[in-house]
Amino acid sequence: MEGQAQDTAAQSTAPTGSQLRFSGVALQRGGRLLFEGLNLELRSGDGLQVAGPNGSGKSSLLRLAAGLLRADAGEIERGQVALADDSLALDRDLPLARALAFWGGPVKAAMDAIGIAHLALVPVRLLSSGQQKRATLARVAASEAPLWLLDEPLNALDAEGAERLSQLIARHRQSGGAVVAASHQPLPGDWRVLELGR
Amino acid sequence: MIGRLIARDVRRGFTGAAWLPIAFFLLVATLMPFAIGPDAGLLGRVGAGALWIAALTAALLPIERLIEPDRADGVLDQLALRGCAEESIAAGKVLAHWVTFAPLLLLAALPASALLGMDGRTLLRTELALAIGTPGLAAMTVAVAAVTAGMPRAASLAAVLLFPLAVPLLIFGAASSGGNSGGLLLEAAISLLLTAGAPFVAGAAIRAARS
Repeated sequence: MEGQAQDTAAQSTAPTGSQLRFSGVALQRGGRLLFEGLNLELRSGDGLQVAGPNGSGKSSLLRLAAGLLRADAGEIERGQVALADDSLALDRDLPLARALAFWGGPVKAAMDAIGIAHLALVPVRLLSSGQQKRATLARVAASEAPLWLLDEPLNALDAEGAERLSQLIARHRQSGGAVVAASHQPLPGDWRVLELGR
Repeated sequence: MIGRLIARDVRRGFTGAAWLPIAFFLLVATLMPFAIGPDAGLLGRVGAGALWIAALTAALLPIERLIEPDRADGVLDQLALRGCAEESIAAGKVLAHWVTFAPLLLLAALPASALLGMDGRTLLRTELALAIGTPGLAAMTVAVAAVTAGMPRAASLAAVLLFPLAVPLLIFGAASSGGNSGGLLLEAAISLLLTAGAPFVAGAAIRAARS
């Protein structure tokens, strides 16, 4: 399985430095055209904020980029991606560190970076929504995927969490990664903005 | 990754309510003598069939927690992002479901056979038939769980879908419990077909549920 994963990743990786490329992408959801003719390219170090009102297709764009949705037209090239969205995808009855360890990677360092190292032994079901959000971000940070897809990453985060997140993102971009974040509030730092629903 | 998924599902199966389908299986077997009457000869003859019905209903019990919780919680999405094919996820789920349900069922068939007054040879043949049939049963349950995941009233719908599909397995499983060796081969063939085919059905259903 692991071998196959690497194969598909290698095949779909775009030319050097490019982490994600949309060419002429169109997407319909529930009979409604969310966008069409969408072109974008993310290279190493890039950050793209997807903005727009509720229902404008921000989350769908992230799921397209993750390969979880299929575009109605156009092509999408990408390498390995990590996604943090609304779903927790962690075992509720396990302590947080063990639940995160299921997904592998340097879990300890990631928990440290996002400020949840002290919760390692707390069962996931007891976490607050802000702590859950941090846990999904820790999974992304531990994934070692070059492209991060973050859906409303600031939701439920306090000021300290937002600060830690922006440091995490800055470090990831400096080390050659790229980030797409769907957010209706402005993100700290330097971002290209893609406005949907206009 | 799939290995870790199987280990997690097995752990969750055993720490959760693994005993529930087995208790259900034993209860159904216990009800049979009350329904049919205490005639040992008659019970011995229908015993194997009764055990099969009990096994079928017991396999259905955990159907709602096989796929749906992982779909709703995004686990299936995260597995896909890590390059796991939906078919391999489904195959892993089949294996984990079988491990948590079949060995206990084979064990519970011992007291159940005593309740039904089955003799030693019939018991042995029934155990063999159940051992061969349960992989197919587990595979079918996972496939139906994937098809009904996220639907309202999924459990009742799953029963309506699963029972007709289980008829061939039931016919040849019960027949080979009664001493028909040709039945055993046909049961093995059906079980193999179900085990091989179900991951593809379940995989397609998981993908379809995303859009």
